[in-house]
Amino acid sequence: MFEVESPVNLALGLLTGIAFGFLLQKGRVAKYQTILGQLLLKDWTTFKIMITAIITGSVGVYLLVERGAATLDFWPFQPAAMLIGALLFGAGLAVLGYCPGTGMAGAGEGSRDAMVGVLGMITGAAVLVVAYNVLEPVALALGDWGKVTVPEMLGSSPWTIIAALALAVGVMLALLARYESGQSRAHVGWTF
Amino acid sequence: MSNPFTMKSWSPRVVGFGIGVLSWFAFATANSHLAITLQYEHIAAMAQMILAPDAAATNRYYAVRAQAGLEPKIDWYLMLLVGVFIGALLSSRLSGDRSCISVPPLWRWRFGESTAKRFAAAFAGGALMVLGARIAGGCTSGHGISGTLQLAVQSWTFIVLAFSAAVATAFLLFGKGGRNYV
Repeated sequence: MFEVESPVNLALGLLTGIAFGFLLQKGRVAKYQTILGQLLLKDWTTFKIMITAIITGSVGVYLLVERGAATLDFWPFQPAAMLIGALLFGAGLAVLGYCPGTGMAGAGEGSRDAMVGVLGMITGAAVLVVAYNVLEPVALALGDWGKVTVPEMLGSSPWTIIAALALAVGVMLALLARYESGQSRAHVGWTF
Repeated sequence: MSNPFTMKSWSPRVVGFGIGVLSWFAFATANSHLAITLQYEHIAAMAQMILAPDAAATNRYYAVRAQAGLEPKIDWYLMLLVGVFIGALLSSRLSGDRSCISVPPLWRWRFGESTAKRFAAAFAGGALMVLGARIAGGCTSGHGISGTLQLAVQSWTFIVLAFSAAVATAFLLFGKGGRNYV
């Protein structure tokens, strides 16, 4: 009834997923505590993981694409879908306390509320499928601008953007490290 | 030096670097990227095809997704989702960092000890979150990591706005006092 991909591809997917879940758990982002700590702007673990992953991934993936070893694959710019989707996503995330990937990882770690959250997530996805004919015109109310990247929009080379991004990530990591060492000094009550 | 696999946590930079390298691996070996919520959608779509074939027949969803090459199937992505569960299970078993939490401390401080209340909110929050993700075409993984690393406009605008909305909601729910419980 459904197309099934080759066993090799399925095995690669499983292997990649196991590594991903392993990393999320070791990064402590499969925990409600860490996600809400980030959203209340106290614990910057999630942010640090994300910006490091983005810049690392960006360099390698653009190199692969330039060598013809991979193709870019991302969602087109649909402003209404982006706006509505982001607001619902953000509100839901703060209530649940796990994002879709870390919720699955949280369930793997054993958290009961994450397991219930995953059931809710499948239900939310089902709403999209069942109500698709109604939701599609709303999502496309501000048009579909096609698969556009930031460098394409600015008319620059992707490497210019990646270099700027690398600089920004470096500065943010350094600032966070400084902020956190200040925090821990305050915590143990050191004086200057 | 202790075995890294039995450590309870790794530094955020090591984990971030690892996820970045894992993205290279996904692109290089399967021309795919780390993503989560498309699979939840596919699970729901396959359920509709089995349980309500008449409704599926008039649902534009299938034609639109097929045109984008994103039709529901048993594929790399679905196995990725299964793998995330197994990977986290494995990691937490190796380090003994297991959780059986139902009501996290911050939630308990603000909304009380009721497990039913926490589960109802978790279910509703999860549903709202993934409905939003599927309208916008991705989540913290698909947009927040994979789309942003490809420098996609949809992904960068989504993740900035979604994060802002999540921070605002968290402060509305818990206020600054919540910081003492995370």
